[in-house]
Amino acid sequence: MNYTFQFGTVMDHFPDLLSGAALTIRLSALTMVFGLVIGMTCAVAKAYGPRPIRWLATSYIELIRNTPFLIQLYFVFFALPHFGVRLSPNNSALIAMVINLGAYSAEIVRAGVESIPHGQIEAGRALGLKPLQIVRFLILFPALKAVYPALTSQFILVLLGSSIVSAIAADELTAVANTINSQTFRSFEIYTIVTLMYVAIVFGFRAIFTSIYAFAFARRG
Amino acid sequence: MLRTFTLHEVWILVLAARWTIALSLAAFIGGGAVGFVLAIARISPFKALRYIVSGYIQFVQAIPGLMLLLLFYYGLNLFGIRIDAWTAAVLAFTLSTSAFLAEIWRGCLQAVPAGQWDASRSLALNFPKTLILVIIPQAARMALPPTVGYMVQVVKGTSLAALIGFTELAKAGAQINTITFEPVLVFGTVAGIYFLICWPLSLLSSHLERQLKVGHVNIQAM
Repeated sequence: MNYTFQFGTVMDHFPDLLSGAALTIRLSALTMVFGLVIGMTCAVAKAYGPRPIRWLATSYIELIRNTPFLIQLYFVFFALPHFGVRLSPNNSALIAMVINLGAYSAEIVRAGVESIPHGQIEAGRALGLKPLQIVRFLILFPALKAVYPALTSQFILVLLGSSIVSAIAADELTAVANTINSQTFRSFEIYTIVTLMYVAIVFGFRAIFTSIYAFAFARRG
Repeated sequence: MLRTFTLHEVWILVLAARWTIALSLAAFIGGGAVGFVLAIARISPFKALRYIVSGYIQFVQAIPGLMLLLLFYYGLNLFGIRIDAWTAAVLAFTLSTSAFLAEIWRGCLQAVPAGQWDASRSLALNFPKTLILVIIPQAARMALPPTVGYMVQVVKGTSLAALIGFTELAKAGAQINTITFEPVLVFGTVAGIYFLICWPLSLLSSHLERQLKVGHVNIQAM
């Protein structure tokens, strides 16, 4: 092999990579928040809503979970303008990611809600807790605790999946890497560095999730 | 001039779906073979091996599938190995599938009660014999539903190959979209085809899971 690695060429573009990484982190973090809200809403709608709402939630969940994220992204980016909704690549990316995570987290949260024994709710009623207190302390809190590992690994998958939005040229980490690649042709060096950056980001998020668990769930029963 | 989106274009998409299925099978078989070895290594009696494999799995699971694809596609060319999009995609998907399947299967292997290991030892079975005769047959039953469920992820994941220029279903959709400019119809059809491949697998997975639960209740009742 007579190839000289030139990581220096790539390091010249390091500030661009950092701003790409910042967008990756921001997109993923926003998606986790909004996706979980949609997921919890859909889980409640599917469990307790009237029949049409239940049916609607189920079709949304099944449709999203059984089609690739790339196609959902293409749909948001290319097809929505046909309905008069024109979005920037970054906003399209965020919306597609939120829609995607919403369906997955709905199924995860539903599994958690179903894992709560009915006697627990009856016990709460017998103790005179108000309905909202029952939902908060006896359903949502223990349910989230039960599914926390599943939920956070789905969050990590969303973070990894965010590299796909480079397909519509949202300027996150992978898209920045592609741009630098087309300018310098140092493919191997660039993608190695970017891969390591993703690994670092993922390990960072994993550490944050572990400490959130210790803070929010571990100390209280 | 723009082409119109007709049954002919739908047929092109259906034909392109064959490549999606071929890629999924290749990734599943390759990833399954490697993943099986990794899963066994994760529960082997050798501490160092367990740590190394665990670290490897954690690392691979922290890399976006698209990055693996780009690294294989561009990276191997650099080392003088001529590689086409198909080979790069199969290698990249094998790598990521193996890491995820290894974790799923390790969970199933470890879910077999510890008493089974003790009983095997008292019957003088060694590690490989215990695995093959006692542990794997019981773990396989538990592994079936999540494995079928993961196949859905594999099928969907193959759409990433479109981004290195491999013409499977997603890429064919993007190409037809540029010549017909009917994104709603084109991507609606593409999504529909993916759904027809994935949904039966999802249903099968949850059916198997329910069956497994019923099976457990029966065992406990006896």
